[in-house]
Amino acid sequence: MYTTELNTSASGRQAPVAVDPVEDAVRLSAFEARVAADDFIEPKDWMPETYRRTLVRQISQHAHSEVVGMLPEGNWITRAPSLRRKAILLAKVQDEGGHGLYLYAAAETLGVSRDEMTEALHAGRAKYSTIFNYPTLTWADIGAIGWLVDGAAIMNQVPLQRCSYGPYARAMVRVCKEESFHQRQGYEIMMALMAGTPAQKRMAQDALDRWWWPAVMMFGPPDDNSPNSAQSMRWRIKRETNDELRQKFVDVTVPQAEAIGLKVPDPDLHWNAARGGHDFGPVDWEEFYAVVRGEGPVAKERMQARVAAWEEGAWVRDAALAHAAKRSQRAAA
Amino acid sequence: MSKEWPLWEVFIRARNGLSHKHVGSVHAADSRMALENARDTYTRRLEGVSLWVVPSSQIVASDPGEAAALFEPAEDKIYRHPTFYTVPDHIKHI
Repeated sequence: MYTTELNTSASGRQAPVAVDPVEDAVRLSAFEARVAADDFIEPKDWMPETYRRTLVRQISQHAHSEVVGMLPEGNWITRAPSLRRKAILLAKVQDEGGHGLYLYAAAETLGVSRDEMTEALHAGRAKYSTIFNYPTLTWADIGAIGWLVDGAAIMNQVPLQRCSYGPYARAMVRVCKEESFHQRQGYEIMMALMAGTPAQKRMAQDALDRWWWPAVMMFGPPDDNSPNSAQSMRWRIKRETNDELRQKFVDVTVPQAEAIGLKVPDPDLHWNAARGGHDFGPVDWEEFYAVVRGEGPVAKERMQARVAAWEEGAWVRDAALAHAAKRSQRAAA
Repeated sequence: MSKEWPLWEVFIRARNGLSHKHVGSVHAADSRMALENARDTYTRRLEGVSLWVVPSSQIVASDPGEAAALFEPAEDKIYRHPTFYTVPDHIKHI
């Protein structure tokens, strides 16, 4: 899945280290030349502190999104309507956990520990995608999430396979390979419902009505209000702007909705032949920023679930370490 | 707070006949758990037939700052490549 690239004032981990300004300027221009030439930066290479910090923020928040994203879908595993759907949903949720792990591992190459990242999430210093602070009320929501949320994620992640930081780019390659099944299984759920009874059709339409705008918001604030975008584009840790990605998403998704008889809940939506794209209505950015601030409908519940899982699992982590220590002692004796 | 599990690097042989290739890392308390976590994380879709896990702390890496000293001398030695040598067109199988 996907996180919007969100800045928080407390995201800087440490004070900037003192550097020789002359040497630093030389290294910086060499670094920028490499990035501009589409070279990859690897963990032990010199990099500007801001590049490192921005990446830690972006990758760790992406990882948090994957892990928190398991919660809304996990909610439906026990109530999936058939064994086939249950097996698929289990596999998808397991994939999301895997994606979180690829991404945490990529962030760890930048010198931040897994525990530090976990702690930042639990303390509310690190964000995750706003989309996961909405509840999954019906089975159709699982269809809508796969189709729209994973669809938006793919839109964002495909260009990140060419991001300048090697470990992040490689994680994105793995994630993208796995993600298209997520989107297709979601769309298949919607197709099945739209081929069903009037009540099933209403359920699918209701899910689209509730998930459409949050999905459109997933690409983050509009370009003229996205303070980090220019720098991130220059450093190739973002390859397309929020608004470009949002437009692509709307253009590919609208025909998919129409094909199965769903109506996108936007009265201003229409095809603009002159520019070859859909015009769409204004996004409620007040809602977006409220959710970013932690006012999403189930934000508290999500964090309580994460913190409880972490705290209740502490004894297991400790026991595993104690067991490993005891065994290696015995082997040495 | 609990202590963090050590980090392990994961290598996968995609199929017999190929060498193991680095794919990423996992945290685990011991080698057996590292293998199990690597299996769950990196081989959910038939990605391989064999796994290696190595404690990350045991990997010794070259310093990118020394890359020039280590690798550039090879650029001077173009006579190590077959295309350095000119052989007339009518000489075959060489």
